[in-house]
Amino acid sequence: MLETENLGKTYPTGDEALRDVSVTIDGREVVAMIGPSGAGKSTFVRCINRLVEPTTGRVLLDDRELTGLGEDELRNARRDIGMVFQEYNLIERLTVMENVLSGRLGYVSNWAALRRNFPPEDVERAYELLDLVGLDDMEDKRVDELSGGQRQRVGIARAVVQEPKIVLADEPTSSLDPETSRDVMELLTDIAVRRDVPVLINIHEVDLAEQYADRILGLHGGELVFDGPAADLTEESKGVIYRGEEPPESATAVGGGEPTDVETADRRADREPLPAED
Amino acid sequence: MAGREWARFDARERLFRLASVVVAAAVVIGSWEWLDMSLRYVTSAPLQVGDLFGRMYPPDWGYLPNAVGPLAETIQIAVVGTIGAVLLAAPVAYISAENTTPNRATYALGKVIVTVSRSVHTIVWALLFVVMFGPGALAGTVATAVRSIGFVAKLLGEEIEEIDFGQVEGVRASGASPFQLLVYGIVPQIKPALVGVSVYRWDINVRAATILGFVGAGGIGVQLFQAIDSFAWRTVSALLFAILAVVLVSEGVSAYARRKVR
Repeated sequence: MLETENLGKTYPTGDEALRDVSVTIDGREVVAMIGPSGAGKSTFVRCINRLVEPTTGRVLLDDRELTGLGEDELRNARRDIGMVFQEYNLIERLTVMENVLSGRLGYVSNWAALRRNFPPEDVERAYELLDLVGLDDMEDKRVDELSGGQRQRVGIARAVVQEPKIVLADEPTSSLDPETSRDVMELLTDIAVRRDVPVLINIHEVDLAEQYADRILGLHGGELVFDGPAADLTEESKGVIYRGEEPPESATAVGGGEPTDVETADRRADREPLPAED
Repeated sequence: MAGREWARFDARERLFRLASVVVAAAVVIGSWEWLDMSLRYVTSAPLQVGDLFGRMYPPDWGYLPNAVGPLAETIQIAVVGTIGAVLLAAPVAYISAENTTPNRATYALGKVIVTVSRSVHTIVWALLFVVMFGPGALAGTVATAVRSIGFVAKLLGEEIEEIDFGQVEGVRASGASPFQLLVYGIVPQIKPALVGVSVYRWDINVRAATILGFVGAGGIGVQLFQAIDSFAWRTVSALLFAILAVVLVSEGVSAYARRKVR
């Protein structure tokens, strides 16, 4: 179970990217986090495994507090969090198998890692996952020979081979075409069920979020303005998330989306969604 | 449409350009005068060259079996010196790259090592190490290594600064140790540069090692220097051909290896 309590991040430049975000994610939930570019979605997932250091609040994974852990403990904690990236973040010059096995690095010694000497059960697990994501017989291909969709499958296999307690996906479909995007979303939801882990997906395509997620979180200006089942996402709540409109009395949105001076910029971002944030 | 004038440069710019030409010419003429060079020898040069070639021909091929050992030594000085340099340069490259150096002090240290190593010529390093270790291949090898550290570290450091940090982040997110980050996140990205720079430096070092013998630091230069000293010009020409052959082969190997790794 993942919990964040009043998580906030202010960058050294003074930009407050995230303010007081408290959520609990449990079970085998597929949670989609939506919001305009610059709303803090990427900052939020990166604060969970502290690729970005949060400035306020706490992150708890199975009641263990991740914020405040020392370097070694943090590395151990990261083994329990699988992460999938927008730009795949694979090691381009290494093979598919080396990339998948790199998800097990937290469990092997430096010397074994150097010699690519992973335990047989890790290798077996990696093979099974390559079959699952549809990359059988590709283990010895170099990643830079693969297509975008194939790369993202390797990225997913690398995250899942960790046997994580939660999978984070930061805009996993933004570099892919619509067809491949749906394949990747299907794969991620499938993994939540098969592996019995929650999956948190940052995504800016609202239709994909509604189609695949059980639950939706909406961020606007760094604040959580919506948290509810995908079915409850109405036009009004989209207005709150994307344009910072005042929520109507009956809306399920949490908190208030006070109009800010960046509102006009957000409107523009809404019409022409940028492929990447931050 | 009359009255529309156009000029690429205005009056000020023209004056500046003219002044630049005058200054450049003054520097050339001044240097020439200061060096006090005489063109007297230039007129007799063709005759001298002809004479020298006459004495060099035919090359004394019979001497070459004696040159095989020293030539092998020359290549070995380059090989061992380059391997040593790459091993020593790796940590220097790591601390002299802005994105991996631990702090400002280590960054400055890296830059100092690179600059010191590069600003002194191999022959000068060899002179120092002959004094320290005595004449022979050891002095030449150490000189080669010390001179090459800066070159290799500078180019590798620049390569590290160019890496895609996303790949490092991907490895970091799985809970990898700092050493594993290096081996999986950084090394694969700089591997082609590592091979290319090492082989290229080895190629340079083979050429540099051919004259290390002039200062007693081993290699084929010892024989070459002795032959010149005793006016054995036919031996000199045979040795020069042998050196040329070795250099051509090493350049070929270097070019092939750099093409092969990607």
